[in-house]
Formats: sequence, C-alpha cells, structure tokens
Amino acid sequence: MAETVSILIDGEVRVVTSGTTVAAAILNAGVVGFRRSVRGGFRSPLCGMGVCYECRVTVDGLVHSRSCQIVCREGMEVCTDG
Amino acid sequence: MAKGAVETEICIVGAGPAGLAAAAAASGHCPVTIVDENPHPGGQIWRADARHGVDPEVTEILDRVSTRGYSLIKQATVVAAPAPNTLLAETPDGPCTITYRQLILATGARERFLPFPGWTLPNVMGAGGLQALVKGGLDIAGRRVLIAGSGPLLPAVAAFLRQRGALVVLIAEQAPLRRLLRFGLTVLGDPVKLRQAVSLRQQLSGIRYLTDTYPVAADGDDRVRLVILQRGARVWSVACDYLACGFHLVPNLELAMLLGCRIVEGRVEVDEWQRTSISGVFSAGESTGVGGLDLSLLEGRIAGLVAAGNEREARALVGRRDRARRFARQIDRAFELTEVLRDLPSDQTIVCRCEDVSLGQLRPHNSWRAGKLQTRCGMGSCQGRICGPAVEFLLGWRAESIRPPILPARVGTLPGTLSRIDN
Repeated sequence: MAETVSILIDGEVRVVTSGTTVAAAILNAGVVGFRRSVRGGFRSPLCGMGVCYECRVTVDGLVHSRSCQIVCREGMEVCTDG
Repeated sequence: MAKGAVETEICIVGAGPAGLAAAAAASGHCPVTIVDENPHPGGQIWRADARHGVDPEVTEILDRVSTRGYSLIKQATVVAAPAPNTLLAETPDGPCTITYRQLILATGARERFLPFPGWTLPNVMGAGGLQALVKGGLDIAGRRVLIAGSGPLLPAVAAFLRQRGALVVLIAEQAPLRRLLRFGLTVLGDPVKLRQAVSLRQQLSGIRYLTDTYPVAADGDDRVRLVILQRGARVWSVACDYLACGFHLVPNLELAMLLGCRIVEGRVEVDEWQRTSISGVFSAGESTGVGGLDLSLLEGRIAGLVAAGNEREARALVGRRDRARRFARQIDRAFELTEVLRDLPSDQTIVCRCEDVSLGQLRPHNSWRAGKLQTRCGMGSCQGRICGPAVEFLLGWRAESIRPPILPARVGTLPGTLSRIDN
C-alpha cells in the first residue's frame, strides 16, 4: 500500500498519497478556488508546471506559493481563497 | 541541497531531456551543476509521477552521470543574472548564486494559451497542464475530459488520461485536415515515427479526433460545466468536468533574453554547436525551437560535448540533429494557428489573467510596451508568460526586453543581488 501524508487544507485534515503535489491535493479535496483574481473571480491551475501562477496559495504561512511545484509534506498547512 | 554560493565549470539550467542529455555528455570532463525549478528532475515529458516516482529514463541518465560527479539544485528558480557568469536562484532554503564558466540553457517550452470566453473558469487547464497535475496525484478516474487546442501533445495527453481512467469525450484539433494529412505523409516515411503513431492510434481507439475544430466558449458556475465547439458552420456544446486546452508550445526565452542572447522568430538562435550569440552560453532543446524529445536529446548532447571541449564526438550527431530539426519545422507548419482563432475573444474576454486585462482594454494601444504601461497587461506574477504569446497572436505585439527579477522573488532573495552589483 502506498505511503500517505496528512495535510491541512483550509483547516480540514486530508490524507494524500505520498508524492502528491499541493495543487493535486487541493483539487482532490474538491476545492476549485485556489486564489481570487484582481476582479475577484476564482482561479485554479492552468499550466500545471509553475509558469502561470494561477495555483498560488498560502503554504505554511508563506503567501503566493505555487501549489503545483510543491510536494505535500506531513503536517503542511495550506490555505486557499476558495 | 546546495545553497549559498556554488562555483561550477558548466551550469545547466533545466533538468528536462535536453539538460540531462547535456549533463550526461559533459560530466566526466568537468564539474557540472544542474539547476531546476521542479521538485524532481525530468522536465515535462519525463515529469515525476506521484504514483510511480521519478521516470526510469531520468534515473538511468542520472545514474550514468552520478558516477562522474555532478550536482543538482532542485526547486531553484533562476530570477536574475546579477554579475557576469553568475545566476541568482531562489530555493526553499534561501537564495543561491551559481558562478559558471559556461552555461547551457535548457529551459524548455510551455503551452500556448489563447483566450476565449470562459477560459479563466476553474478546471479549464492546459492539456499538458492537466497531464502534469494528474502526474502530481490528481485523481482523474471517471472524470469527463474534453481535450482541445492544437499539436501532437493532444493525442498523447488523451492516451495518458484514458490510461488513468478519465473519460476522454473528444479531441478537438484546430488545424485543418489537409495540413495534417500532408504532415502524415512525412511520418509514413519514418518507420520509428510511424510505429509510434500506430501505437498511439490503438491507444486512442474509440475516441473521436476532430480536425478544424476549436472551442469558442467555456461555461459553468463555479467551474467549467460545458464547452461550446465550432467546426465550420456547425456549433454545438459538450458537457465535461475538465477542459484541457493548449495550442501547441512556445519556447521559454526569458532567461536567454535576460542574458542578451539573440532571439530569432521566437527561438533562441544557435549555431551548429548550439552556441548562442553570447560567448560561453549554449542553448539546447525546446528553447531553440519546439522539436520534441529526440531533437532535445540530440541538442543537449551536442551542447554538453562542445561545452566540455569534445567537438569531435559532437560532430557525429550534427546530421541526425538537423534531420530532427527539419521534422520539427514540419510539425510547426502542420499545427500553425488558423486565422479564425483571432476572433475567439470578445472585447470583454480577459487576456492577461494576472491583472485581469481584457482585450477591449488593449485594443486602443499599438505595442506591447504601450499596452503594458497603460493597462498593466503582462505586469503580474507570470510576467507575461501566459498573455505574451496570446497577445502576439491576437495583436501582433511582442515583448522586446525583459528585466530582472524575471519571476517574482522574495525580498530576502534580492539584497544579495544588489550587494553584488555594488561590489
């Protein structure tokens, strides 16, 4: 069986397969609003490879973190705008 | 992980196929340092998979390289070139400067995105973008995916997603059938490519592939629910959970531009040895023109060999590289964007997603610079990487210059840059 790690997404515990990116974990949790745009619309990942910055969330207090480029670590705290 | 300051003979930016091939070719001759932005080496085509780990091809190359010594700085985003022969990268452990004698830029390519009404809705993604997210652990089983846009990536992504349990409802390719047929004839003459094409065809059996077809709008509440497609005079809608839509690829030129390398027709210009116009700086792979895996590997090997002073061995690869490059240009022609795609966005459609600038706001201006200054188009987090190629296609404007930091950097990363300049 695959190893898992537990992270917090918007205060809820989520158990994910080890190696999962934060962006994938957020989508698997059913959240689609990663961030709000300048005019207030919800945005979610576009490029999946660190170029577009649409998947920005707060990870362990660090704002504007590109969630597609970060792998989930045990106990990580993720906050979206969704 | 290396941090602080690193000195190396050869620095390679990008651990995709071209960068890894360059590292394999150069290592053993001199110290090599690879800098890569991702959590794992492999680039896009060999992206590590949450389920299966690092791609075996990557492990194989790195095993070969590691016997000769190299260092890989992962999760390092190059943001500036603060002094000659020096790059500044941001890593999770803080800033890192890399001083090199020779530099190989293997910065790859990204998808080209074109705006259409609804393209900013959640779950509208790139085709490669969705593939990358699924490799990152996104569960796609049972989800309906509409794949649209252009290029050879679309059927490859369809096959991958189907293998992961997605329901691929349709592949909509914008290129006209006659161009693809002409291109198909060249594939017929190449036994390896023909075998790949036949195998892909089998993996896609039952999935509709429509040419001359493009999305005119995506619609939904909090996420995409349906996509309106057009093919000639026919317009219809398709329900889906994800729209995976990318219009072929564009080279990543930003670092090459920062270093002053000459750019021609949207590619880093290189000579027969993969040397750019700047002495000691090479470029290999998609940054010199989108050409796929085989060409990237050949260019990477040539760049690595020449940088290490082994031109004799590199010469043996030049013929194969040139053939691969000719094939790549045929792909470009086959999947060239049709004019009608310029009419997809309305004046209200957002073009710059970072700053929410609409096409209507850009229309009164006459250049990238003027549009940027008046509307903030291209001034957001991605620094024009997404809207730039779109604006170039829609309005014919091109960014002529770039300024450091070339990507958003934390304040703590930058003071080092300033003190180095002062020194």
